[in-house]
Amino acid sequence: MLLLLTLACQGGFTDPSREYAEPLARGAEYPTVIHEPTGFGVLDETPIPEEAQREVPPNTACTTCHGPTPEKTWDVDPSEDFHELEVDHGNLKCAACHDPRDRSLLHLADGTQLELPEVIVLCSQCHGPQRRDFDHGAHGGMSGYWDTTQGPRVRNNCADCHHPHHPEREPVTAAFPPNDRYLRSH
Amino acid sequence: MADTTRRTMMKGGATLLGTAALARAVAPLAEWSESLDMDEFLQRHYKELSRDEMDVILRRIEAKTLAEHGVEVHVEDVRPLEGVSFGYALNLSACIGCRRCAEACHKENNHDRATNNSYIRVLQLDKGSLSLGNVEVDYEGEVPKKEHFYMPVQCHQCDNPPCVNVCPIEATWKEPDGIVVVDYDWCIGCRYCEAGCPYHARRFNWHTPEVPAEEINPDQAYLSNRIRPAGVMEKCTFCLHRTRKGRLPACLEVCPTGSRVFGDLNDPDSQIRWVLANKRVFILKEDLGTLPRFFYFFDV
Repeated sequence: MLLLLTLACQGGFTDPSREYAEPLARGAEYPTVIHEPTGFGVLDETPIPEEAQREVPPNTACTTCHGPTPEKTWDVDPSEDFHELEVDHGNLKCAACHDPRDRSLLHLADGTQLELPEVIVLCSQCHGPQRRDFDHGAHGGMSGYWDTTQGPRVRNNCADCHHPHHPEREPVTAAFPPNDRYLRSH
Repeated sequence: MADTTRRTMMKGGATLLGTAALARAVAPLAEWSESLDMDEFLQRHYKELSRDEMDVILRRIEAKTLAEHGVEVHVEDVRPLEGVSFGYALNLSACIGCRRCAEACHKENNHDRATNNSYIRVLQLDKGSLSLGNVEVDYEGEVPKKEHFYMPVQCHQCDNPPCVNVCPIEATWKEPDGIVVVDYDWCIGCRYCEAGCPYHARRFNWHTPEVPAEEINPDQAYLSNRIRPAGVMEKCTFCLHRTRKGRLPACLEVCPTGSRVFGDLNDPDSQIRWVLANKRVFILKEDLGTLPRFFYFFDV
């Protein structure tokens, strides 16, 4: 009885089996999936008639206009030729990222060709600190599980949040403010 | 004889008055008992309940939610994971003050709709200062505003929690994984904890939260997001009904800037440990000695 009383005074559980949850089953780790770019990176391969080619938005396949072999000039004004595509990304020109040999691909500074979904590798060439933080979960959002033995985690891709052509984020509208009694007088 | 009669009359009158006064005084009690289950009234403290007793209580809460709100919910007693110690960090360089976190909390934790209640309050501060004397919390429109930066504040799950220390009846306490919880059925609503918290992280239920049936989150826990009774305190629980099952908190998942980092402080390879070891970390009101588990950091 005295023991029980002492236990109660220490704030422990009367039923010690309730102190902790049943240990979680810990099998293999679930994957951390990096979300593939949508919208900009997903290309529409539908052929576009020659006369409409200057009108198409830039989320169509590059090869729609440029063809498998680069006949047309690379020297374009993106704001004029790509439906007023805004380009505001340092002093970068198209060929800094897009591969001149195959316009459906990207390329690294050393010439290595990359598929569009591998955009993270491309961005990391210049944005090292962001890549370092991303690798440690401190840059870019995520969802799913903090404990990857319990379920998968989904990470964002650079292009999910930053438009590659004008990476600075647009302002957003704030969600609703509090409406409690401390604020009603405002 | 005349005296006796007078005295008796006085006595009789006083008794009558007394009875009437008593009847009047207990009248609200009679009305109150209609909505109050005797089992609920006699229910013991959370820590004194056995598993079987807890199961009975959880089923009762589910039935009550169905009767009062018309929604079938699942209420669990989610206990901490042994060996896990939670920590949370928020990147002040990245936060844009969009309040998506506060909105996600509002929905996840079945908060009262009319008051826009949330366990997260986003402070708008002047750039170049960390003074909390001139903050705004009801800003609206496009964010981020050029001359400001933003600091979301929620429960810091302090290791030396003033709110727990001031509770006169141990209705709030710190769990082994670091989360400070409230037994809503034990709390008497004295609001000492609200006054004691230096982060303004506790909320009082002036009435039971009113949430449209179709918006009630049915995934509930006894110590976190079940629909709270009127007259009790509530607070952020790091979404324990999610995080104690390995999931990320709702406010983190919704953050469009990736400002939030959550994890197990006991795991040296966790993301939260990397942030604490490698970023410029800042503790709000560190001088109070509250030892928070919620940290702010800056990108360097």
